[in-house]
Amino acid sequence: MTERVAVRMSSVVKRFGPVVANAGADLEVAVGEIHALVGENGAGKSTLMRLLAGLYPPDGGRVEVGTSGTLRDVTGWSTREAIDAGVGMVHQHFMLVPTLTVAENLVLGRELRRGWSLDRAGAEREVRSLSDRTGLRVEPSRLVSHLSVGEAQRVEILRTLYRGAKVLILDEPTAVLSPPEVRELWKVLRRLRDDGGTVILITHKLDEVIEISEAITVMRAGRTVGRMKTAEATPRSIARMMVGRDVVLALDGRTDREPEGGSTGQRAVRAPGAAFPVPHDTALEVSSLTVASARKPNEVDSLSFSVARGEIFGIAGVEGNGQTELIEAITGLRAVRSGTVRVADSSGTLQDVTNRDVRSRADSGLSHIPEDRHRRGLVLDYSIADNLILGLQHRFTSGGGSLDRSRIGANAASRIATFDIRPPDASLPSRALSGGNQQKIVIAREMGREFVVLIAAQPTRGVDVGAIEFIHAQLRRARDEGKAILLVSADLVEILALSDRVAVMYGGRIVVTLPSAEATAETLGPYMTGAHGTAA
Amino acid sequence: MTGAPLDTTAADRRQRLRERIEESILPPLVALAIAAVVGDLLIITFGQAPGEVYRQLLEGTWGNAYGFGQVIYKATTLTFTGLAVALGIRAGLFNIGAESQLAAGGFAAAVIGLVLPGGTPGFLATILCVLAASVGGGVVGSVPGVLRARFGASEVIVTIMLNFIVLALLNYVVATHLAVAETLHTPEIAAGRLARLADLSPMFAGSAANLTVLLALLTAAIVWWYLFRTRAGYELRVVGLQPDAAEYGGVRVGNVWGKAMIVSGALAGLGGVNYVLGYKHYYEEGFGAGSGFLGIAVALVGRNHPVGIVIAALLFATLSQGGLAVNALVPKQMVDVLTAIVIIAVATAVPEVRRALGTLRRRRDPGIGRAPVGGGQGEPDVGNSVARSQFPVAGSQQ
Repeated sequence: MTERVAVRMSSVVKRFGPVVANAGADLEVAVGEIHALVGENGAGKSTLMRLLAGLYPPDGGRVEVGTSGTLRDVTGWSTREAIDAGVGMVHQHFMLVPTLTVAENLVLGRELRRGWSLDRAGAEREVRSLSDRTGLRVEPSRLVSHLSVGEAQRVEILRTLYRGAKVLILDEPTAVLSPPEVRELWKVLRRLRDDGGTVILITHKLDEVIEISEAITVMRAGRTVGRMKTAEATPRSIARMMVGRDVVLALDGRTDREPEGGSTGQRAVRAPGAAFPVPHDTALEVSSLTVASARKPNEVDSLSFSVARGEIFGIAGVEGNGQTELIEAITGLRAVRSGTVRVADSSGTLQDVTNRDVRSRADSGLSHIPEDRHRRGLVLDYSIADNLILGLQHRFTSGGGSLDRSRIGANAASRIATFDIRPPDASLPSRALSGGNQQKIVIAREMGREFVVLIAAQPTRGVDVGAIEFIHAQLRRARDEGKAILLVSADLVEILALSDRVAVMYGGRIVVTLPSAEATAETLGPYMTGAHGTAA
Repeated sequence: MTGAPLDTTAADRRQRLRERIEESILPPLVALAIAAVVGDLLIITFGQAPGEVYRQLLEGTWGNAYGFGQVIYKATTLTFTGLAVALGIRAGLFNIGAESQLAAGGFAAAVIGLVLPGGTPGFLATILCVLAASVGGGVVGSVPGVLRARFGASEVIVTIMLNFIVLALLNYVVATHLAVAETLHTPEIAAGRLARLADLSPMFAGSAANLTVLLALLTAAIVWWYLFRTRAGYELRVVGLQPDAAEYGGVRVGNVWGKAMIVSGALAGLGGVNYVLGYKHYYEEGFGAGSGFLGIAVALVGRNHPVGIVIAALLFATLSQGGLAVNALVPKQMVDVLTAIVIIAVATAVPEVRRALGTLRRRRDPGIGRAPVGGGQGEPDVGNSVARSQFPVAGSQQ
């Protein structure tokens, strides 16, 4: 490996309003290496990379790029200049035009022309040859709207490379991929590196860092706190650097199921290897549920399962296989085509709630951590205190329909203290908080009240390691208190760490259900890609 | 975990309050200054001295009793229509139908006033007429409300179209059945009239200002209480900010839309009280004279907040009355242009000034704000919502 420098960022500062995203961050990446940029969410990784890609100028510090051979100062350049210099970024949220084909998306902005018209065949030829060279296989003539998430990501990477990227920045690329797709991505990245390309990978998944990268830069609270060769690092040492203290990693949960001690007797029954208990005290029962989406009439396809009290039932699967629609149907946000949803009331009897509205389901003991806190879970412009009563606002009224400010304040003070929401100021708009603390507001609201069944959808998405640890502990505690928890997550590690039973959803159906002892990435992986068909 | 203090200090709170006041006062002032400069240039092109024109404008409005009374009168109607538009925007609806809702309110008040027998106690008659005005406006507002809630029809289109339909219908009914011969207005109502301010104090002599102004202020206070202190207002604002979050929070979004349009229409309809009960005592074609449309500007400049709306209504009423006062020096239309410039300046300058204010503050005190100090407190998690609509929905500030 050459030691030529591809990217050097020194003492970079970037502020957004009152918030300092980068407070003197440093990064040095050598040409021809895969460099992992790790840190908790809110540590400033994405911001640093967006500065490098020219999305916005830094408020201080220096950015230098050496793609042309010699290192030159490019501080404050534009995206156009960055692309021209060979620095390209693949964002977490795809920026493709769904109604155009793969090839059209790639050449967008620099179309090949034949006379007055677009040279479609020529474009497809070019894309196909690039696709062969890199191993990023996608059919150039397909419409982007027909692609899976994994394929769409390949198109994003292809587009960046098509524009001549020598430094490829990937922001949390594996968040939307199944394990086999992740392996495929690693192959592509290694090939790019071997061809002299440079890759910067933003991630907070430590196993990925160890597997794929050669060098690591760790960020915390906007600053660079460590740089090391991957060969000299362990997940634990990286995690400690990220958080600034020892943490219980999600994976540890599998061997250490009871971090709080407590009812070890009961847990021992469910230790890995033991037969998993038959649900006896069912709290949530879904029978032959079929739910339509805008795309197809059976996004959820006559699906059935049940969750018992004192159990975490995990649903794994690549996103877009009906999980969202399933959750919305259970919680009353989406109409059901056929089938029933039954939820136990406080006395333990199952009540048919299929035709009830959201509020009545919530009042009968159904709690819901929604998958998208920015869209559903929080009102970003509302204060922390007001967000802590969302969905419960009818319980915080005094006479005449007016809100009882003092009870809302007291509720906020107690939730903020119990769930360690920071900064602890109930009057701040939730927009101003980091992802982890925003999620804590949702958790505090949904788990701080009386409930029988909890639907936890992507409960730790975009949340820092410290908050993940906290949220997982809360879920385990609720389980041990006898709550029934339906956990839906695209993060297989999370599913495996928490669940007593694991199901995989594919094409709107549950294709397999395994006790946690038998569930591993290897046993579940094939089901997640549909390799095992749809036989349940 | 580090033990952060649970409550921020009183000094901190005072600081935030001061910042909030700065943020709400300073940007509109800058916008007004910009508008004034552009106005100077305009006046100069007419060969007049800006100082003299502005002096006459102020003297003709706030400088004498009659002018001041006229400003109060015009601001009263604008307060109602401004509140109507703002309530819609808070619920995520753009009500462009305030003009016809205003007319329908005035019409309903006049009809009830005409129907009531002469001997009806004045107080009772007034209450009935005021109720009729709100019902009249509410009925017109209910059409786009129901169409939006039930069928997802755009309230913008429906309210625009309804302006033509309702105004034409009212004119037809008045012209064919109710009009006094040779005029386009109804007979004067016998019962329910509101006292003019001139009756109470000679300082308003000759002006149209009447007791409706108190109703306007009371209504603004009630709208504030409703929006920021009641559960229904909490839910309405969530619907306006994030309908998906409202749905999640158990709010029936369609219901809220329907109700908000009805209430919005009722607020605009109440504006009719000002003309019918307080000023002319009859309904006349076109009495709204654009107040419904100007209500959109009032809501915009008043940042959809009742207090801001009252102030913005005074501002636009001043400009409107001032146009008459300076008519001898510059064409009256120049003040219309000035009004438009105020609207544009507020829409464009306010966000800019606010941003500059934030930058300035950080430069003055770099340690301010929520710099990352420990674990888990970093970059705010704004996600995809960075590119929020530029439409002036004024958040949850109260």
